[in-house]
Amino acid sequence: MPDKHFVIPRQDINREDFTSSIPDFNRRSEFMKTDMGHKCIITNIVRLTEQEKLFKLRIIDPHERGIFRFKPGQFLMLELPGFGDVPISISSSNSNHEFLELCIRKAGHVTSALFTLDEGAHVAIRGPFGSSFPMDEMAGNNVLLIAGGLGFAPLRAPLFWISEHRERFLNVAVLYGVKEPSQLLFTYQFDEWEKINHITLHTIAEHAEAGWRGKNGMITDLFQDISIDSEHTYAIVCGPPVMFKVVCSYLDNLGIPMNRMFVSLERRMHCGMGKCCRCMVGSTFTCVDGPVFDYWSVMNLKEAI
Amino acid sequence: MIYKVIAKSEFKRFTDALLRDNTSFGPRQVDTDSRGKAVYQFLPVTSSDDVAFNYTVTASSAKHFFLPFREELSRFVFQDQEWDQQINYEADPIVLIGLRACDISALNILDDVLLKGHFPSPYYLAKRKNTFVIGLDHLPLPDCFCKSMSHHTISTGFNLFCSDIGEDYYLSINSSKAFNFLKEFDTRDPLDDDNCRLVERRKIISDSFLSEVDVTALPSILDIEFDSPVWEKWGNKCLNCGTCAMVCPTCYCYSVEESFATNLKGATRQKKLYSCNLVDFAEVAGGHNFRPKNGDRLKYRYYHQHRGFAENANQQICVGCNRCGRACLAGINPKDVINDLRMEKESCLTNISSSPDRI
Repeated sequence: MPDKHFVIPRQDINREDFTSSIPDFNRRSEFMKTDMGHKCIITNIVRLTEQEKLFKLRIIDPHERGIFRFKPGQFLMLELPGFGDVPISISSSNSNHEFLELCIRKAGHVTSALFTLDEGAHVAIRGPFGSSFPMDEMAGNNVLLIAGGLGFAPLRAPLFWISEHRERFLNVAVLYGVKEPSQLLFTYQFDEWEKINHITLHTIAEHAEAGWRGKNGMITDLFQDISIDSEHTYAIVCGPPVMFKVVCSYLDNLGIPMNRMFVSLERRMHCGMGKCCRCMVGSTFTCVDGPVFDYWSVMNLKEAI
Repeated sequence: MIYKVIAKSEFKRFTDALLRDNTSFGPRQVDTDSRGKAVYQFLPVTSSDDVAFNYTVTASSAKHFFLPFREELSRFVFQDQEWDQQINYEADPIVLIGLRACDISALNILDDVLLKGHFPSPYYLAKRKNTFVIGLDHLPLPDCFCKSMSHHTISTGFNLFCSDIGEDYYLSINSSKAFNFLKEFDTRDPLDDDNCRLVERRKIISDSFLSEVDVTALPSILDIEFDSPVWEKWGNKCLNCGTCAMVCPTCYCYSVEESFATNLKGATRQKKLYSCNLVDFAEVAGGHNFRPKNGDRLKYRYYHQHRGFAENANQQICVGCNRCGRACLAGINPKDVINDLRMEKESCLTNISSSPDRI
């Protein structure tokens, strides 16, 4: 046997440049540190309802805070070390570069742990991920925002955008349905939106409670209260899976074109980067191609709604 | 690509030197199955005598060297109320010897999926770049259908590929590393006769396939047959064990888990390979399951394997090795499912004559 040594040299990808290609063994490849989270401090916690809290976060590192920008409709992965990370849609205004607001329901392992935290605790965020609502495309038209339950959380970001650019839109209406009146989110902002920003708000509760003076019924009952100009209306829908089909087919019958209806879908996610495949819908991923889809794409995707 | 011819005895000297100095893995027999057939796996090897050059197929695929069943994504170190996140992308160089053409194709597909798009995976990249891949061609098994998927030959994605042409190996050299190592050994440029023997070998391989799956227009058939009763029929057989995804050379879906160290001074974020056939694959917090039935989940596996997702540009990600079919406890194999799906609509073609009249 020849006394030759052929030790394969170690290649350190941390030292390589950013050029886009798949490994050719002779060329260099791209990589991003997408797994490193931005560390945040929880500056404020507001209890909205029995199940939901609003967390106000501030990215600690000034440089990271400076580059973190998102669009209405996008989400981020919120990480609590040792417990895991969860996809949460961003509920604050994207013109607020200092703070982020996340409306979170206590539903699983990570969110339960999150609910035990106090102000001043540290969490990490990765992102922002996913597609956004085409706010510029909607300008100049009526906008109809339809939310069911916690589905109001992702609609708060576009609602802020509309409020800040109110003169660019015609009539803006919000239809908001909940199971019980006590589950209404952001009730403290209702007056601001109605009286200052001239956004019409219609709320409805499935089961009335004592003292509830609003309407009683399903979200579709609210359509009787409003008139929709199908030629100049964009719709944004978010809610539980059963709601999409009912609401979107109703709007479809009214004649709103499918590419002017937008839905924000919810799926299980583990990476946010289109790698873990947990959020697949038809042939796309909710994390990279969604969560905001227009209704035409959704109709073409199998099992989306 | 540079082509050389090396005598088998000289190739043995080359592999001996390479395997001795590097952490190497190759096919080795581990057991025999109930029918007396040998069972092979990729295990550590230190010399060419350890490598079963004429092995049939390994039960698990080579993807586990790139996508280990458990992989640490990041680590958190706690200090007082603070914590620090650490990420390590480094991988140690390894040699993989004896991969079949379909195994290498599977790596190329994983490259497409994991290294393209907005978020290339650095964990995979580090392992891929630090792996020296030596391929070996082979005669197909009776249930291989990689020819139907056009993965029975390979032209990229390896460092060195050896075609067996009798007394010699016909080498395809695809990296400077491999070329430099081989400089020290006795090789020659291929002669006309060697080229003839290579073409002959390829023809023999191509002609030896016994199984065939018709995949023409399969993506659209999968769309059309989305609500077909075929899925329920096969879904009722499925045991939701996830074995198919574990042995598959291209299945990459995963789950992320975090756990505290027992001394509570740290935590790790781990990636664990998952299977779309497991019950909670699409279950969200709150308990809603987007794919509650066996058939739904089985359908999604085929949808992903044979239709492809946006990330890999609608390319089929199945390579046709039939590992899932061999490993399935319920006897579900892709050939039968796809043929069943095709027959579903073709059985209603009553007014097409077998020999159409020419106009």
